[in-house]
Amino acid sequence: MAELNSGGGDGKGGKVRSKKQSTRVDLTAMVDLAFLLITFFMLTTSLSKPLAMDIAKPDKDEKNLDNRKELKASQTMTILLGKNNKVAWYMGIAGGEAPTIEGFADVRASLLKNKQKVKETMGKDIVIVVKPTDASTYKNFVDIMDELNITKTNINAPAIDDDPTHLLDSEKEAMKAGGIL
Amino acid sequence: MPKVKVPRKSTSVDMTAMCDVAFLLLTFFILTATARQPDPLEIKTPSSTVQFKVPDKDLAIVSIGKGKVFLEIIGQDIKKDALRRMGELYSTQFTEEEAKRFGVLSSFGVPMGGLKQYINMSPDERKKSGYDKDGIQIDSTRNNELYRWIEQARRSVADLHQTEMRVSIKGDSEEEYPVIRKIVDVLQKQQVNKFSLITSAEGATK
Repeated sequence: MAELNSGGGDGKGGKVRSKKQSTRVDLTAMVDLAFLLITFFMLTTSLSKPLAMDIAKPDKDEKNLDNRKELKASQTMTILLGKNNKVAWYMGIAGGEAPTIEGFADVRASLLKNKQKVKETMGKDIVIVVKPTDASTYKNFVDIMDELNITKTNINAPAIDDDPTHLLDSEKEAMKAGGIL
Repeated sequence: MPKVKVPRKSTSVDMTAMCDVAFLLLTFFILTATARQPDPLEIKTPSSTVQFKVPDKDLAIVSIGKGKVFLEIIGQDIKKDALRRMGELYSTQFTEEEAKRFGVLSSFGVPMGGLKQYINMSPDERKKSGYDKDGIQIDSTRNNELYRWIEQARRSVADLHQTEMRVSIKGDSEEEYPVIRKIVDVLQKQQVNKFSLITSAEGATK
């Protein structure tokens, strides 16, 4: 049957048959187009959604002083953010203990150590005061908040004190001496 | 003796299945696509280990890069309403058409004085015009436009969606802290003590 149309001349006298047309369509172009569009949409979609880190700052309301909380000096650890990705930290009140200056890689160990010390000696959770100075960058701030989050030293909400007038002279001195202000 | 004929095989492959898969993927990507907005500011966000995703409504994003401040309000209805309120404050009338154009704008950093002209421009003209070279005003205490924008957007969200608007700060890693402090002060002035910082993902342990 299939050979009927194959020859050129020997079909003489046979029935005139209409050619059986294949139902297949050439899909190559369509597939090409589809993959092109896939590539386009894959590249333009933002796959990873950015993440949000929640920050709560102390209320600045000057009139309502009742919402302030008294803290024990020995319970607090103050972290000063300086330049060149360095921090200075000290326990207790300013000017008492000489601040330790270190990089971000070592802060985690210090945080854990102090957390444990406070817990053992006082039976309370540590309170962190973060003071970003003008010399620090936004990245430093995010990094330190992240470290607090990792070390779980933020059980008492960390106090973020970024008012430059709250930076004490003794703190400035120590930071200058360490070359990070 | 007849020759053994090797049947000639067709080179065309059946592409039906491939086509099906391709279109399935295509449909998926089209439906999930939220087209990446061209950012007027190049911002490299710092990374962190937090796992909380940025919500996709009732949110305002303050972008900070190179000392400039841009604002993005999520949601077209909120954006339109905030624009109307801002128009009332600064005695500028915005037409329905302009509100619609503003509704599809992503982040903007145009002072109120030039906003009307800016809205009516085509994207190419906007880039050339230089209206957004300074970002939104934050310096002067009397005419702090960022303060007004956030205030009005919060009212819009409270009115239209009966919820509190969240404010996120998206800063460049290298941005100096004083600029961030200015923004935070603007927020705290209207009792927004809680806000979030937008960061990119990072492995749980370094």
